[in-house]
Amino acid sequence: MKELEHDSRNNLEGLKGWLNPSRYGWERISYWFQRITGVFLLIYFIGHVYETSTIVNGQNAWESFLELTQTVWGHLFLIMVIGASTFHSANGIRLVFTHVGIGLGTPSRPDYPYSPSSLNYRQKSGIWIALILSAAAMYYGFTVLFGE
Amino acid sequence: MERHRILKESQIMKIHYITGIAAIFVVAVHILMRLIVPFGSSLEYDYIISNYKNIFYVFILESILVLISIHGFNGIRIILLELRQNKLWENMITIMTISATIALIAYGTRTIILANGL
Amino acid sequence: MNNSNKNNNNEKKIVLKIFRENTAQKTDSHYDTFNVPYKKWTTVLDALLHVKSYMDPSVAIRYSCRMASCGSCGMKINGIPRLACYTKISELETSTIECGPLPNLPVIRDLVTDFSRFFNHHKNIQPYIQSKDGVDDPDTEKKTFSFYQSPEDVDKYLQFSYCIKCGLCYSACPTVGTDLKFPGPQALSQLYRYFADTRDAAKNRLDIVDDRHGIWRCHFAGSCSKVCPKGIDPALGIQLLRSYMLGISKNEKKLAKKIEIQTDEENI
Repeated sequence: MKELEHDSRNNLEGLKGWLNPSRYGWERISYWFQRITGVFLLIYFIGHVYETSTIVNGQNAWESFLELTQTVWGHLFLIMVIGASTFHSANGIRLVFTHVGIGLGTPSRPDYPYSPSSLNYRQKSGIWIALILSAAAMYYGFTVLFGE
Repeated sequence: MERHRILKESQIMKIHYITGIAAIFVVAVHILMRLIVPFGSSLEYDYIISNYKNIFYVFILESILVLISIHGFNGIRIILLELRQNKLWENMITIMTISATIALIAYGTRTIILANGL
Repeated sequence: MNNSNKNNNNEKKIVLKIFRENTAQKTDSHYDTFNVPYKKWTTVLDALLHVKSYMDPSVAIRYSCRMASCGSCGMKINGIPRLACYTKISELETSTIECGPLPNLPVIRDLVTDFSRFFNHHKNIQPYIQSKDGVDDPDTEKKTFSFYQSPEDVDKYLQFSYCIKCGLCYSACPTVGTDLKFPGPQALSQLYRYFADTRDAAKNRLDIVDDRHGIWRCHFAGSCSKVCPKGIDPALGIQLLRSYMLGISKNEKKLAKKIEIQTDEENI
């Protein structure tokens, strides 16, 4: 499309548009969380693969790595990772179902007040369940990590 | 629209969905291994080495490495592709994410192989 | 409305902030503030036209039907894309109303935006029925025919056909906010409207959006359906289209039967 080559990025919301997801409801909030947890988990994964490679350098190297991670801040960070991965997984499963058209309702003749069938309570419940599971997993992680 | 692609975007997305779902199962096993003994003892050197010598667990770890690397770097590719739309940026993102995926899988596999041999 | 200003005649007033910018003259953008009287039924468009009539005629706005039928008066009202004619001041429940141009579309002047990119995305998805012409169709010797579509067939695409191209969904979409090549919810749901129509026999429709900036950049944030004033639910159309592209749809598309029309003049 020729217009796109010279197209103006004028008035694009850009990344700033991501800053206030609550103006559009729960589905936008879950999209926002899915992105944030995804990026966070990728960064954690890269760090985790690198740090756990210290095992090949022997017991001393491994134990000095543990001194870094088995701290209060290390545990708190791990709890964030647990919460992020639980939300990302549970919400991801919900998204796989919606992306194949399950749980969205069927097309019908629209009538006032024009409530969209795709933004139904099954979807909202799915998001809330993902958030609740994430909170529960974080709590369980807290009891395991700080319980000893 | 450019048509010279190795994989269609629909095929890439099918891989993204499948790696995501499969990763849930293997990561769950990985986490469970830290919970079947007291958490602190599950991180001791000897216990970890014994995990690496278990061929079933080695398979699980390698699966996690491959599945999460593909899923994660494809995700970051998608996010970055949406930010800018010019040929240089898109080609750079594609090359960097594929390279990063291969590099991380290679580095992680090195750890698994060396730890298994210890 | 607890925070409204009242003058001596007990007339309620609202503070209306209007975005002002002239891209042709490269003026800096700013908001002009007006105190506008309103009643229970006053819409934001009524308030804007009051400003144009009695306070500042230079305010640029687009409007036409005043009844949510033409889609011209789309703008950002208190942060959310809405139709100005369809938004009552009383339902906003705020003491200040901020009117800005629709996000994600280039501003021409004040509240008027350039819809070229939006219309181009729509054109690119081939928004017309493509079917075998009866003249070339070897199945029939008759030159004229009609399609048979049951009410159930019509229901599959009808809600998506009510699109008024107001651009609210395009403005609300988070992907459109950064990706100029993404077709947007309107174009994608219109593609589904034609794909689901049993009269359409086009074979390459799905390939148009099987692209790294195509349908796969929709992540079901649902903002499009949230703001659509006509109940089209573009998010539903896009996910249903995606299910076909993943090869998992539970609905198999069957083409409409053709019924001969008697054109024999003896029968007239």
